[in-house]
Amino acid sequence: MSNESYVTDDGRTIGPTVMEMKNITLRFGGVKAITDISFDIREGEIRAIIGPNGAGKSSMLNVISGFYVPQEGEVWYKGAKRPPMKPYQVAGQGIARTFQNIALFEGMTVLDNVMTGRLRQMKANIFEQAIWKGKAEREEVENREKVERIIDFLEIQAIRKTPVGRLPYGLKKRVELARALAAEPSILLLDEPMAGMNVEEKEDMSRFILDMNDEFGTTIALIEHDMGVVMDLSDRVVVMDYGKKIGDGTPDEVRNNQDVIDAYLGVAHD
Amino acid sequence: MFYREAGDFKKTYSADNQTFPIKIDRVGYYLALVVAFLVIPFVINDYWANAILLPFLIYSIAAIGLNILVGYCGQVSLGTGGFMAVGAYACYKLMTSFPDVNIFFHVILSGGITGMVCVLFGLPSLRIKGFYLAVATLAAQFFLVWLFNRVPWFYNNSASGQINAPERMVFGVPVTGPNTEAWATYLFCLVFLVLSAIIARNLTRGMAGRKWMAIRDMDIAAEIIGVNPLKAKISAFAVSGFFVGISGALFFALYLGAVEVGEAFGITKSFLVLFMIIIGGLGSIFGSFAGAAFLVLLPVVLKVVGVDMLGWPTDIVAHLQLVIVGGLIIMFLILEPHGLAQLWRVAKQKLRLWPFPH
Repeated sequence: MSNESYVTDDGRTIGPTVMEMKNITLRFGGVKAITDISFDIREGEIRAIIGPNGAGKSSMLNVISGFYVPQEGEVWYKGAKRPPMKPYQVAGQGIARTFQNIALFEGMTVLDNVMTGRLRQMKANIFEQAIWKGKAEREEVENREKVERIIDFLEIQAIRKTPVGRLPYGLKKRVELARALAAEPSILLLDEPMAGMNVEEKEDMSRFILDMNDEFGTTIALIEHDMGVVMDLSDRVVVMDYGKKIGDGTPDEVRNNQDVIDAYLGVAHD
Repeated sequence: MFYREAGDFKKTYSADNQTFPIKIDRVGYYLALVVAFLVIPFVINDYWANAILLPFLIYSIAAIGLNILVGYCGQVSLGTGGFMAVGAYACYKLMTSFPDVNIFFHVILSGGITGMVCVLFGLPSLRIKGFYLAVATLAAQFFLVWLFNRVPWFYNNSASGQINAPERMVFGVPVTGPNTEAWATYLFCLVFLVLSAIIARNLTRGMAGRKWMAIRDMDIAAEIIGVNPLKAKISAFAVSGFFVGISGALFFALYLGAVEVGEAFGITKSFLVLFMIIIGGLGSIFGSFAGAAFLVLLPVVLKVVGVDMLGWPTDIVAHLQLVIVGGLIIMFLILEPHGLAQLWRVAKQKLRLWPFPH
């Protein structure tokens, strides 16, 4: 836990800790998915979680987003311990996420998908919505303006009225990012945002992530397998293997960490 | 050529977001309203009202209600007949208990009561999905019909076990009872249908509708982005029940006048309304209208063509209707799961480019 801010080499301000995981342990029956992991996420930073397959990265993200409740450990968010919560309550606190295998609403248009991301900001009750004129319409227009800004930013203007089911994979990933971003989250969790993309799409996505962080000051925690991307993007990296934390620090520190090298490249068994 | 959006620029988000963004659609909509309110009441006769228009209006309301639940929120319900019965009996009890209150409010209140009952039977939807939920709502169907048959309080201890609509006036014109005129009942139902359709459209284009569709398309993702599944599903059941209840009340008070619950609101009614939204189009308000119109008109058209023109025996035509409906449902499920509404959309898409192929 730290309260001071500092300025990075490229001139961005990293604020105090916004979320802290303390000694998280998650078990499925006899299987330990996560063992005693602690780390923090600071305001405005890009925090990466990496590790080989089955290391427990996605489980960690699911713990943060309230999908799994850990057996041991505490989640501290904005200076307070978080009680066990349902996922929609976690979302209500300002934590948004994307999924490894896209979880969009296929029957809805891109615009509707992104608008759904703003449900926290739209407060008209069902009777006001039934009447439409007045509060509901006003809110709809106000939020549409915000959403259009995000649609602009992610360059998906041309497809805003297309049903999501018809879009190719790369665009779907972008729409999902737009939906998460529309919520104006305090922390944005990205589960493998570049999985299955070609180099060009990866470059686009990296640019979006950096711009998001830069322009909106969004705090981002991401899981990614592409080492080059991770090392380039992130301010600090957590490395997991077999549910344990084996490294934590800046990309350079992690790159030279012997445990990390062993986990990725393997060690000679004698 | 004539039907297109080129040159029709939207300058505000409200304009972009309206129900009929294309001008010719908008004109058509107002034209339909004018014809429905100002022309049809003057030319209507009893045959048209009772054979086609009243059932169409009332089933459209029921279809809109069911479409919100099944088409928008993805919760299958086979209890529509039972919920319509709730509306009908609520309306009957209100009409006989508070004879001085205008029937307009009785119908709305019946919708509210049905909404609450619907929520009650919708609670299992939080735990069960798909077929299992369908079976749970089927239980509601049989339970409700049984309840209205067995508890004399609901039919005011009448000897026949039937409920009969007493005469009620709106602006001094009788709309229920034996002395009604076709245009009055027609207008009364039409007002409810138009209001229902507007409310349903407003709800489905706003946040409520997006939450329902999110639950329908992927409930886990919906929860992750902040949709409370309990509230979303319950509100869908409530709104759906409200419309279905109104249609049940109108069906009893204005259309049939006297109801025996097992006959009027049996399981066949549930299926009929479900078929309407499947054929008309799941997740579309227009589809509710199209489906209701189709299934109301089909027997009439078959009778005119089969019995009157070709001289076939009536029983063969009646059976033919079952065969056609059954075949159509299978056809629609395989070929066009979004029903007549989708065909309509495709036709409009083609019309936009006509006469050019691309």
